[in-house]
Amino acid sequence: MSVIPSAPDPFAHDRGGPAQPLLSVSGLYKHFPVRKAGGKKQVVRAVDGVDFNVLKGETLGIVGESGCGKSTTAKLLMGLIERDSGTLLYDGQAVGERAMPWRSYRRQVQMVFQDSYASLNPRMTVEQSIAFGPKVNGVPGREAVERARALLARVGLEPKRFAGRYPHEISGGQRQRVNIARSLALEPRLVLLDEAVSALDKSVEAQVLNLLLDLKAEFGLTYIFISHDLNVVRFISDRVMVMYLGRVSEIGPSDTVLDAPAHPYTEALLASMPSLDPDNRTQVALLQGDPPNPIDPPRGCRFHPRCGLAEPICGDKEPPLDAVGPLHRVACLARQPSSGHSAAPARALAA
Amino acid sequence: MMLIYILKRLVYVTPVAFGVSLVCFMLVHLAPGDALSAVLPADATQETINEMKAAYGFDKPLPVQYLIWLWHVLHGDLGTSIATGRPVLGEVSRAVVNSLILASVATVIGFTFGTLFGFVAGYHRNSVADRAASALSVFGVSVPHYWLGMVLVIVFSATLGWLPPTGAGPDGSGNWRPDFDHLRYLILPAVTMSVIPTGIIARTVRALVADILAQDFVEALRAKGMDEFGVFKHVVRNAAPTALAIMGLQLGYLLGGSILVETVFAWPGTGFLLNAAIFQRDLPLLQGSILVLAMFFVVLNLLVDVMQTALDPRIERA
Amino acid sequence: MNAPITASAMALDGGVLAPSDVAPEAAFVPSRGFWGHVGHRLVRDPVAMGAGALILLIVVIAILAPWITPMDPYKGSMLRRLKHVGDATYWLGSDELGRDMISRLMLGARLSLFIGVTPVLIAFVIGSAIGILAGYVGGWLNTILMRTIDVFFAFPSVLLAIALSGALGAGIFNSIVSLTCVFVPQIARVAESVTTGIRKRDYIDAAKLSGASPLTIMRVQVLGNVVGPIFVYATSLISVSMILASGLSFLGLGVRPPEPEWGLMLNTLRTAIYANPVVAALPGVCIFVVSIAFNLFSDGLRAAMEIRQ
Repeated sequence: MSVIPSAPDPFAHDRGGPAQPLLSVSGLYKHFPVRKAGGKKQVVRAVDGVDFNVLKGETLGIVGESGCGKSTTAKLLMGLIERDSGTLLYDGQAVGERAMPWRSYRRQVQMVFQDSYASLNPRMTVEQSIAFGPKVNGVPGREAVERARALLARVGLEPKRFAGRYPHEISGGQRQRVNIARSLALEPRLVLLDEAVSALDKSVEAQVLNLLLDLKAEFGLTYIFISHDLNVVRFISDRVMVMYLGRVSEIGPSDTVLDAPAHPYTEALLASMPSLDPDNRTQVALLQGDPPNPIDPPRGCRFHPRCGLAEPICGDKEPPLDAVGPLHRVACLARQPSSGHSAAPARALAA
Repeated sequence: MMLIYILKRLVYVTPVAFGVSLVCFMLVHLAPGDALSAVLPADATQETINEMKAAYGFDKPLPVQYLIWLWHVLHGDLGTSIATGRPVLGEVSRAVVNSLILASVATVIGFTFGTLFGFVAGYHRNSVADRAASALSVFGVSVPHYWLGMVLVIVFSATLGWLPPTGAGPDGSGNWRPDFDHLRYLILPAVTMSVIPTGIIARTVRALVADILAQDFVEALRAKGMDEFGVFKHVVRNAAPTALAIMGLQLGYLLGGSILVETVFAWPGTGFLLNAAIFQRDLPLLQGSILVLAMFFVVLNLLVDVMQTALDPRIERA
Repeated sequence: MNAPITASAMALDGGVLAPSDVAPEAAFVPSRGFWGHVGHRLVRDPVAMGAGALILLIVVIAILAPWITPMDPYKGSMLRRLKHVGDATYWLGSDELGRDMISRLMLGARLSLFIGVTPVLIAFVIGSAIGILAGYVGGWLNTILMRTIDVFFAFPSVLLAIALSGALGAGIFNSIVSLTCVFVPQIARVAESVTTGIRKRDYIDAAKLSGASPLTIMRVQVLGNVVGPIFVYATSLISVSMILASGLSFLGLGVRPPEPEWGLMLNTLRTAIYANPVVAALPGVCIFVVSIAFNLFSDGLRAAMEIRQ
């Protein structure tokens, strides 16, 4: 008998139908106040106007340099920090309003954190950590524990051996499997993986990625996969979103974005990517110019001070995120027709 | 940059200082009964009581009393001792000088022996010297110092007769002077009081030295061919800011915590004054001495902070 | 529609049970849990165990004192004052009023332990509550509570204890109250910093995401992780508290005669330091021994709790 009433069909308890995005984010802003010496109030524009959709059943990869707003976006999506403005539509319903309060939204959207040790309570056994969520949501104690054991088995940890262990008694890869099991304990439809495999050894990383793919197929999950590692993102994602200084610079199918990038920043990221040799993971900075400062971002296109295609207009006009191909959208004036940039294509592509 | 840091510390310390003054003020009002009952005769008429209350300002509401008191304090007027009728400030100042002498000498003794034991122990981890230093520091923080004072009196005064048991000088006067006769009176209380800082400084310095010696740069210095004395100088330079900060704080603790030892040795300092104020229920004197001692501690903390920051470039002045 | 999840189903799932990640150790070690580990390590620390045994012995003597003292601790005899240690009747001598020292020291353990340990226990409860609240809620509540506590930190602890005791007047109750006031800010500060550290951990965020209420998170996820470190810190204060409590009695601000209490006995025997110095110093030896035992036990407990990955 099953103790995880799983939903292999992603549209089993679907409201809006397959065409309706599972999560629709628009106009998301988050500025953190900072006080510089001299007392002048300033803000870090961590997330500065972000729009994107997460389609049902897909894996959306989010990439970018550290400090580009990936993790802040993740926390905003989970409601762990409050957004300044913007709307989240979950399956067509506004999150935080009466039809979809945070409480019921969170039951369907879960998160796996980067630090496998810090995300498990050191005083709780693996089984207690997994069963905690179901218990506070009204599942009777014994049933919650049974569900925890079944999930442990499902992520490849034999319950008899691992259920009673404490986080410090198991390896990093095993802990991340526990975290994945916990995120599934509330039967979510969307799982947000924030650098979830970044801290693991390469061989363990591959196993966990395979596990994630298996679980996705089995439970009909949708993933948002945040990583700085383009190889991993290419492996797991259907679509990729590139972020730069709190904004989306390019979004599209992962083959297109990672093989034929349209945005100069994506090109630079790909060029600075190390070879596929896992021993050589140091990133060579091929990006020219000053590192970005999210307190005082450049006017116009945020990437223009570091961009090889930059023209005077790039410092004046902020490029909109416009379609350049099927499902492929880019925020770059050099790719957008009649933008005023000399390299701009003559006519609009059919999106 | 340093100036901005000092200003920031001052801004932070000011509300604390006001809080301290409020606590000192409230102390008197915690006291059971009336502040005047100790001095008034039992058969005083209501008229006399009211007259006295008005004279000391006890007839006004508390917040008003506090503001008036604070106003006087800020102008250097700590009130009048109920028992002696003399200004509190004068009484406290004389006592503070005596206490400061005792606490400073004790701190210097504690710092000297503490750093000595700390360095030996830190250089030779897990040796006999290290164990002895650890034992000494546990002894220092565990021993009831008032009892240690008694034991020293028993040994050196009562049994051997080498040193005087009590007082600050041969003439029984209240003021210590820097001469041989007075020095003999200083030895026992100073040694007694030095036990706590010795233990604490030894423990801190041992950890500091062991930490520094375990760092990579020491290995690099030795690899570059620096002799042991050169390495030692580096260790001292790196350990000094923390050790000096601990010493400064210990001076404050000793000054504020000297009451027990001063009572044992009848040393005419603030502790002795506090003791007298408590048992004569001389509340203005109690209030004044505690305010002075606490403010001294606040200022000392501030100085230690600033000094440590100035000496140690690793601390961010944010 | 719903695929049953069973062990056989996952055995089919190739690649998940890869040998390098799972099953690095063959032998199954039954889990002890955190306190199990601490206990296990503590038992192997001879110094801490010795100190613990000594504390236990003194506590037992204190509890049983009224029934096991060899003589009446209150009944004196002016003819038999200040007998020396080793006396045939008075094994540890007699005090300035001719009362049996060993009986008084045994009964004295009761009051000394009581006035020394009680303030730390009360302060542990109050200080933890304030500190955990400030640390968990954060924001302006944290600012108000912690700035208030800073004011009390501006007093050296001996001074604060004596000031409060002096203002409140002599007595056991007042002495406990003033020592509690000394230790509450210290414990609250530690509790606040431990809680603030825990609050930032990802597992607290994970608990929030599972929909648990703040109270449940506090009870299930926070409390278990903060109580241990705060408790260890509190045990390290017992030694100071014993010295201070007896010190207050020594000054005449705590226990009143004729009750036997070590600090008070030390005070009344000061007149006897010429006639019988060894007996005069005995109560201090008791304070010292208990204080050092608590310090060593607390050090051992701290070391046993430092469990790294």
